Amino acid sequence: MRATSIIFRRELSSYLRSPVGYLIAAAMLLVCGILFQSQAMDKEAALSADVLSAFFRFASGCTIGAAIALSIRLIAEERQQHTIVLLNTSPIRDVEIIMGKFLAAFTFLSMIVLASFYMPMLIKVNGKITYSQVLVGYLGLVLLGGAVLAIGMFASALTKQQLVAAAVALVLTVSMVQLYPLGLKLDDPLRGVFQELDLWHVHFGLGFMKGVLNLKDLVYYLAVIYFFLLLATKTMEAKRWR
Amino acid sequence: MIRAQDVSKYYGSKRALGPVSFEIEDGETVGFLGLNGAGKTTALRIFACDLRPSAGSVVVGDIDAVKNPHEVRKRIGYLPENPPLYTEMIVDEYLSYAGRLRQMSKQQIEKRIPAVLEATDLTEVRNEIIGTLSHGYRQRVGVGQAIMHEPMLLILDEPTRGLDPVQIVEMRNMIQNLKDNHTVLVSSHILTEISETCDRLLVLGKGNILASGSESDLAAQMQNTARTIVAVKAKEGASSEEVAKILREVESVSEVSIGGMEEGATVFEVLSGGEVRAELCRVLVGGGHDVLQLARNHRELENIFLKLVKDGGQSSARN
Repeated sequence: MRATSIIFRRELSSYLRSPVGYLIAAAMLLVCGILFQSQAMDKEAALSADVLSAFFRFASGCTIGAAIALSIRLIAEERQQHTIVLLNTSPIRDVEIIMGKFLAAFTFLSMIVLASFYMPMLIKVNGKITYSQVLVGYLGLVLLGGAVLAIGMFASALTKQQLVAAAVALVLTVSMVQLYPLGLKLDDPLRGVFQELDLWHVHFGLGFMKGVLNLKDLVYYLAVIYFFLLLATKTMEAKRWR
Repeated sequence: MIRAQDVSKYYGSKRALGPVSFEIEDGETVGFLGLNGAGKTTALRIFACDLRPSAGSVVVGDIDAVKNPHEVRKRIGYLPENPPLYTEMIVDEYLSYAGRLRQMSKQQIEKRIPAVLEATDLTEVRNEIIGTLSHGYRQRVGVGQAIMHEPMLLILDEPTRGLDPVQIVEMRNMIQNLKDNHTVLVSSHILTEISETCDRLLVLGKGNILASGSESDLAAQMQNTARTIVAVKAKEGASSEEVAKILREVESVSEVSIGGMEEGATVFEVLSGGEVRAELCRVLVGGGHDVLQLARNHRELENIFLKLVKDGGQSSARN
């Protein structure tokens, strides 16, 4: 996995020195801050825990947006700029390329998400919150972000057009977020299957967002990440050296 | 040695290359020559393990590229038509990254970078961002990443593309120097650009090898006469006719015509049955005349190339 570490460091440094990384970070934090101020803090009297839940709801939407924006360029841009040839003709495996890029994007996304930490602290100034709810909420945000990054990375591996990758990632993510409401229209056992496969409502909305840490939610997000990274790797394999 | 055996490449039902077979000896510099769409890039990408051949085998050293592409990739340096450059990186940093991808250790990279910078004449821009460099310098950085790990086989796909005349000469000189340490495959669609740097040319057309050999071989294969331009400053008292007579006496020379004057020398065009440049020089100098120019007629070579690709390999030059 030496190649993973080499690619990870290059990718991460490219985020830190390119304006795109800072633009995505700024846009996410700005939108998150506006929503926090206008929506979560609008009530005169509310339980601090509810305000914190509302913050995590808005932050999850911003995280999904940032994850899609970060992930669509991961492979597609390499193809567009012809730099993929350097990776393709080097003695490294596809899984190392995918892992290096994913981990770099995941690290950068986590840094952006953690930069919003001042918002829960603002709630603490006027109210009372438990750090465990904050920690669980942030764990949920980075896991949700990781899952959407993996979806976006798969979309990026499919094409060399970043716009097409964005459209595919958006369709996949929205579809997975709509599995819960869709499940409500179905009978068991399909209802349960659809609801458990939902990307947001059950695992984040009823779990991490409320400060509840369930093992099944943790496993779900790790499984989604694994599944889509596997698809991305297989797509790379199918497109490389063929 | 590099050996291609019945290599072909299909995109769907469309044939892009082959089947072609050829061998390249260690240390040889071979030019792939052909018009756009002839199959040059496809052939080079197969050698670089960027494309898998649809059929046939490619062996680099003793390693089968189809069965063990990673082992072959360790031994190959590849500069594609569009150099794979990360424009936000610094030249030094990029070369180091390319070295690490090719499994070089930190110590090996530190030791190798100065040599690469010198070979590619990049020392003065080593701390600059690639995106700010001119096209010529970027092309050199592309060559730098290809030679970073000291590959046995260096593949350069149209390395002079988009360069100005001065940069073309510099690139040609760079390739000449690289010949000492690498087996080099270089492609171009302009004959004169690679004929000077390559030991051997492979002429490709519509996915097939139309001809193979040195400039002289190709000329000899295509037609029985070679055309040589000689500029002679005759010794005092000797006329142009006397010089022409000496040239006609050389074996296999069939015709000598006197052209105009150039810088005080008379220009002769010599038609012969084969390569006679050495013999012409010998008889002229032996006769006390000064030889100011002795060259194969490049226009003739271009005509040979055009004839080859137009014939599509129907001529006797087919290998």
